[in-house]
Amino acid sequence: MSEVRYTDQHEWIRLEGDEATVGITKYAAESLGDVVFVELPPLAKTVTAGGEAAVVESVKAASDIYAPAGGTVTAANSALEKEPSKVNEDPEGAGWFFKLKLADAGEFAKLMDAAAYAKFVEGL
Amino acid sequence: MTMNNQGRPTSVETSRRAPIAPGTHTPEELSTISGDRGLDHEEAPIFELGHGATGVDLPDVQISGDRLGGVRRKDAIGLPGLSEPEVIRHYVRLSRMNYAIDSGLYPLGSCTMKHNPRLNEKMARLPGFGDLHPLAPQSTTQGALELISQLMNWLTTLTGMPAVAMSPKAGAHGELCGMLAIRAALQARGEHRPRVLVPESAHGTNPATAAFAGFTVDEVPALPNGRVDSEALKAKLGPDVAAIMLTNPNTCGLFEGEIIDIAKAVHDAGAYFYCDGANFNAIAGKVRPGDLGVDAMHINLHKTFSTPHGGGGPGAGPVVLSDRLAAYAPVPLLVADAQGLRLIEDRDDAPDGAKPFGRMCAFHGQMGMFSRALTYMLSHGRDGVRQASEDAVLSANYVLASLKDVMSAPFGDGPCMHEALFDDSFLHDTGVTTLDFAKAMIDEGYHPMTMYFPLVVHGAMLIEPTESESKDSLDRFIHVLHTLATEAKAKRIERFAGAPHLAPRRRLDETAAARKPVLRWKREPLKEAAE
Repeated sequence: MSEVRYTDQHEWIRLEGDEATVGITKYAAESLGDVVFVELPPLAKTVTAGGEAAVVESVKAASDIYAPAGGTVTAANSALEKEPSKVNEDPEGAGWFFKLKLADAGEFAKLMDAAAYAKFVEGL
Repeated sequence: MTMNNQGRPTSVETSRRAPIAPGTHTPEELSTISGDRGLDHEEAPIFELGHGATGVDLPDVQISGDRLGGVRRKDAIGLPGLSEPEVIRHYVRLSRMNYAIDSGLYPLGSCTMKHNPRLNEKMARLPGFGDLHPLAPQSTTQGALELISQLMNWLTTLTGMPAVAMSPKAGAHGELCGMLAIRAALQARGEHRPRVLVPESAHGTNPATAAFAGFTVDEVPALPNGRVDSEALKAKLGPDVAAIMLTNPNTCGLFEGEIIDIAKAVHDAGAYFYCDGANFNAIAGKVRPGDLGVDAMHINLHKTFSTPHGGGGPGAGPVVLSDRLAAYAPVPLLVADAQGLRLIEDRDDAPDGAKPFGRMCAFHGQMGMFSRALTYMLSHGRDGVRQASEDAVLSANYVLASLKDVMSAPFGDGPCMHEALFDDSFLHDTGVTTLDFAKAMIDEGYHPMTMYFPLVVHGAMLIEPTESESKDSLDRFIHVLHTLATEAKAKRIERFAGAPHLAPRRRLDETAAARKPVLRWKREPLKEAAE
């Protein structure tokens, strides 16, 4: 049983057990345009909620990806380094960025659910 | 009578086919046997053109004895071998695929692509300036030092600042010089101030410079009128703020009217005011940045003072410094004493009170740009520099006023400074993007404007015509943009889709170029041998 939440910075986070997977939303991937480079966090890096965790670069610009919740990096999707196009093709699946062991599940619970995020994007 | 009976047609009608309307053909319909088009030629990389020829006859050299200790070249080093006419054709053909201020209006915003007077070139080539060696004894280079001294006087006078560091090589290098001076001043005060405030409309080099100089960057939002939010800025000031980096006029082409108030708040908070001087062409001779409270500002000689740039030549970014920062100017320092002018190259030799933070580069800066910039200043005079700024602002306002009825100008209610900014809301629902619009300009013979910058405006198009254009030239440009905008809004988008259609290359695949960059030419056979 997994649950997905979203940030107002257009990251998604999917919680499975005590491990969470993080990526950018379809809306973000479309706004960025063709992704040409990603910089992933090193394993065991500690991130805080809202802190810089990864970098994504499109033809247009480089953008920081923030950790939706605090924790320790347990995995990074190194496939993106060779094939950054995965971020555009499947942003909420194969285009995931990194996995976190959450420090505080309460931070996850405070994020937007799918319906709230859809409404948020509509208002942009 | 004698009669021309060679069969050459004399009437235009029989020699000319019906003209082809733009956007109505595909390149395939216009394909040629040779692959060249009109009198413009396709051209391969020079390494592929080489065939072992040489432009000079060299005598056979008899080498007696090995003087390399047995070290021998194993393979050919792969330099292309061509005759002189082949080399000349190669570079002339490439140059014809290029676009320059010498071929037409170059409206690239924030870049000040103005005419480079040929008098500048003549002066820079005077042997006493052009042939100088940077290590020549200073007793033999007094004329060149005098030129630098006069240029320094012009720069400090135009900006109302007491000191100037001449060595930085271009804008971002100048920013770094200014921020390092600020860092040195803070160190001398014994204060730890890690934060630098940068408006979100800033040139990308500003936050990059601050980060490179060891500061963290804090963004200041913009107001709906395109100016920096001075209240938000003041709220961010504190004992940990080292400086703000502000551009005036800003990247929206607007004068920051509250700049004196902002400068005062910054100084009251113990911070410094770095001004990005990229847009100095709007105010040179009109406004002295020193009067606005600026502590450091780079001056792009290659923009404002017409030393060639944009791939055509090196930059030069001298940095003027306020009394609060002057002591920290990097070496070399130019001083006058009884023997004449003298460059102080070593920090330990600095005069009393001077505490140079270090050195920005080897030698003394871009001497060739100094002679060009001073020539520009002396030939224009102070009134001429002032008029150039006025004309640059007038040109931009003419473009803005002529186009804001068909294109959307987010801050078009009032006048602009030296550049006119449009957004892409006039293209809404047309299927045409800013990128398409810019590429269609190429088919019309114009280099596109700066696009998608500043970031605070959606689909931005930033046009800086400069003072170099005549009214006729501006009218032609405006007519083209007006017509393109009208066409786009009427959803006649053929000419935009896939544009440029008529340039030496069609729309380039920027994504493939970024994902799989080919940074080095490799000879095919060598590649095969390696496999």
